Amino acid sequence: MSVNHYKSLGSRVFDTLNIVLLTGLALITVLPLLYVLAGSFATESEIATRPFFLWPEKFVTDTYEYIFGTGTFVRALITTVCVTAVGTVVQVMLTFTMAYPLAKRYLPGRALVLNLVIFTLVFSGGMVPTYLVVRDLGLLDSYWALILPLAINPFYLIIVKSFFQELPQALEEAARIDGCSEMGVFFRIVLPLSKPIIATFSLFYAVGIWNDYVSPLLYIDDSSKWTLQVLVRQLTSADAENALAQLDSVFFPAEGLKFAVIVIATLPILLFYPFLQKYFAKGVLIGSVKE
Amino acid sequence: MATDLAPPPVKAVPEPGRGSEKVPIRTALRRYRWLYLMLIPGLAYFAVFKYLPMYGLTIAFQDFVPFLGYSGSEWVGFKHFEDLFTGPDFGRLLSNTLILALLTVIFVFPAPIIVALMLNELRVNVLKRSVQSLIYIPHFLSWTIVASLTYLLFAVDFGVIANFIQGVLGGPRTDYVAQADWFRPIIIMQTLWKATGWGTIIYLAALAGVDPNLYEAARMDGAGRWRQFWHITLPAIRPTIVVMAILTSGNLLDSSFEQIWLMTNSLNRSVADVFDSYVYYVGITQGAFSYSTAVGLFKGLAGVVLIFGSNWLAKRLGQRGLF
Repeated sequence: MSVNHYKSLGSRVFDTLNIVLLTGLALITVLPLLYVLAGSFATESEIATRPFFLWPEKFVTDTYEYIFGTGTFVRALITTVCVTAVGTVVQVMLTFTMAYPLAKRYLPGRALVLNLVIFTLVFSGGMVPTYLVVRDLGLLDSYWALILPLAINPFYLIIVKSFFQELPQALEEAARIDGCSEMGVFFRIVLPLSKPIIATFSLFYAVGIWNDYVSPLLYIDDSSKWTLQVLVRQLTSADAENALAQLDSVFFPAEGLKFAVIVIATLPILLFYPFLQKYFAKGVLIGSVKE
Repeated sequence: MATDLAPPPVKAVPEPGRGSEKVPIRTALRRYRWLYLMLIPGLAYFAVFKYLPMYGLTIAFQDFVPFLGYSGSEWVGFKHFEDLFTGPDFGRLLSNTLILALLTVIFVFPAPIIVALMLNELRVNVLKRSVQSLIYIPHFLSWTIVASLTYLLFAVDFGVIANFIQGVLGGPRTDYVAQADWFRPIIIMQTLWKATGWGTIIYLAALAGVDPNLYEAARMDGAGRWRQFWHITLPAIRPTIVVMAILTSGNLLDSSFEQIWLMTNSLNRSVADVFDSYVYYVGITQGAFSYSTAVGLFKGLAGVVLIFGSNWLAKRLGQRGLF
């Protein structure tokens, strides 16, 4: 479509307007993020006086030095990294092991299980009954409460199942004829073929846990177990002063701190973004095509 | 479909030929023991964290006392539902939830369709790809980040948007985030910022599937750009729009709890309280488990009715439904 077939005036006006509007949209999307990044390296007075900037006049790293020197921040960061890592492994393992048998059309009982899974997309027990289950399991104030209740995303499960269904069956059969057990087929044939989709869903799950605010809100009371998202919330919300008062220091760059903590909570995702982008469209679309 | 059926393992009992043929349970369990074994962890997850809470919904009809448990608590029938419908909060919750849902339908739902169509008309490929890459980003940011950004940008003393409103638009300098009047516009703006770009993917995929020969033929027949758009492009994404509309309608009452909770404060509570945040507030922070479960159940059932209702409506209007 590189040849421009439309030469009329109206068409050209539209094209120009279209480019302007879409560029504007892209700018509205990224400018707030760039401003926060710039603000995190600016001085308090610059934040207070300059209405908008993308490059600080005076480049300072006070806020980051303060953040990485404060126990609360470092602990929240370590907590979040660990919960995300462990959680992603658990989620991916559970999702892929369940998706594989569900991809076998000949398996008796498969339809029933699939319907039970799909039903959870339409209807759920809701917040309070789920909270009570987590509480009865003794998981309140446990890091597992941030992982187990979200261990399988039914949407992802169905997408992975569709992916498995599309894998060439001949390879699996050949392995079976060679005496490979069903487990062997899964681990030695199917999983190696699924590397790209494993990567995709690892990233999706990781982003989900990293970004999760509701689970810690519901299940974590102990402020020593706060995750990064809770900390971001505590520092930037209306009652930020209370949260700041809890921190173990007299001096802190109050406004710059808000900028920096947003940057720290966002950066890992932006670093992974190119990888995410490579796969996500595929991931989103596989599920919408099949069954 | 029969051609897709993979045969069962070779080692096992002679192949039945068709997957749908009845196999005695015992035989099936033995023949496919590894596959069933692999199902167990996932099934356990769904049983514990999805279906046990559904069983827990029974407490909506009880005066649930944690100490007495699900079976020991006293049954009270529809008392909590009556309390909800006749109580002072119901009208406010319903109207707040519905107004947000209505605003979502008007502003949020069409946005990705419009942007996808605009991107589709963009002939400069480099620009198209860059715009796409940039507008997908916010989808991956947490609501906490979006809320914090909002607080920063609207901050009374230094916020960029607050500066803009005062300096460029000549408006008053106030704490917009704390004002009830600004709650809904801000929520809609946040949703637009976060979800529009990502929402275009599904429409762009539908647009990419349009046969270029159709446009070629239309041009031969003298159709201008507008008529090509109206007669080819738009019909091409209509099925996608219908499916997305059905899905959206099922979620209409699911006001994003996370987003709304993060933007709620004591000054805007009158417009911010929706069913989801009310359930959290009354149930988790105040411990009214049975009553809040009843509220949640009401909302969940209304959602099911909405999704089946709109699916039915779509079919009545001659579109392919979702199920």
